[in-house]
Amino acid sequence: MQVQLSHPARTIEVKGPKKAKELLRELNLVVEAHLVIKGDDLVTEDEMLYDGDQIEIRPVISGGSPLTPYPLPTKDELHQM
Amino acid sequence: MNCTKCKTKAVIDLPRHNAAFCKGCFNGFVHDQVARAIKSEKMFRRDDRILVAVSGGKDSLALWDILLKLGYKADALYVNLGIGTYSEESHAKVTKFAQAVAGSHQATLHLHRVEQEAGAGIKELAQLIHRPTCSTCGTIKRYQFNRVAIEEHYDVMATGHNLDDEAARLLGNVLHWQEEYLDKQSPSLPASVEGFAKKVKPLYRLSERELAAYAVLNRIDYIVEECPMAKGAKMLQYKEVLNRLETESPGTKQAFYWGFLEKQSKLQPAATTMTEKDRTVLHPCVSCGQPTTAEVCSYCKMMARASMAKS
Repeated sequence: MQVQLSHPARTIEVKGPKKAKELLRELNLVVEAHLVIKGDDLVTEDEMLYDGDQIEIRPVISGGSPLTPYPLPTKDELHQM
Repeated sequence: MNCTKCKTKAVIDLPRHNAAFCKGCFNGFVHDQVARAIKSEKMFRRDDRILVAVSGGKDSLALWDILLKLGYKADALYVNLGIGTYSEESHAKVTKFAQAVAGSHQATLHLHRVEQEAGAGIKELAQLIHRPTCSTCGTIKRYQFNRVAIEEHYDVMATGHNLDDEAARLLGNVLHWQEEYLDKQSPSLPASVEGFAKKVKPLYRLSERELAAYAVLNRIDYIVEECPMAKGAKMLQYKEVLNRLETESPGTKQAFYWGFLEKQSKLQPAATTMTEKDRTVLHPCVSCGQPTTAEVCSYCKMMARASMAKS
């Protein structure tokens, strides 16, 4: 099966059949941080994936510096004050 | 695996709830979690005007979608940071969503371009003033979202912070014992002083994986690519650690963050203590009037330094 990965974007070939959770484990990817999409459909961890399937493993983590709700001064700003 | 509720084929399993859902029941679960957050934290009322801070990512677009589907009056603001193709792509995703979904609910999309006001994109601006890019970005976003909320008379500003964001931030604050930041971790922060909009986080009961699944299932086209400026950021490392724990022991993230909120509410009502503290330290910036702890707010200082560096 063709497996599309992100960060960096690349496609790899993986031999089936195997369950979605086995594929994640084989690629050393954490279940809680990824979704498995077969064709256009989201699938659960126990879905069986076969040769010929088009799979996307989509990472779900985002954000480096989340918007803190109030304009608190940073440590740098505190020193500049 | 079948849906816990209707027994048809499930599309997502949620180990922390010991459940699995089909698309319809999962959408119901997500909407219910947001409705519970709004009610339990007294975020806003049915007729309030809400300004959603959107970035083109899954969380903020999902939040806008959910609020509109729940029948709230929700407009949005997008801040174009001027990070080359990344900003152009995320801007295009927001515009597409606004036209395709928000338009049918008569919702408005506001836009602020950093380059238009500062004369430079976020990366160049950060270099000019010798500050980290993420910190410069945070200052600009906080300032602009608050400014638009106040100027356009919105009752409340909503951000797409999810359970993972809040748990990771709490972990960072606890690891470094930044106690002064802890009372700002409530999902509902009051308009403590004149010039500050009320700020809420209606997605705090939902994980990042659940929100990504909501976006995929509802065909919300969001930017999957990570912000190029965020690579190696501490928050991402904290999230990674928490996700490893969550996979081994489902429910860890919610036990950590919700447990903190529960303990905090028993100690002191966060809204009261924060309002008292803010009123003693904040006053209007002499340049723009937004509340600040200094004479001139960090945004105005930043703009002044950028302008000096360019001339």
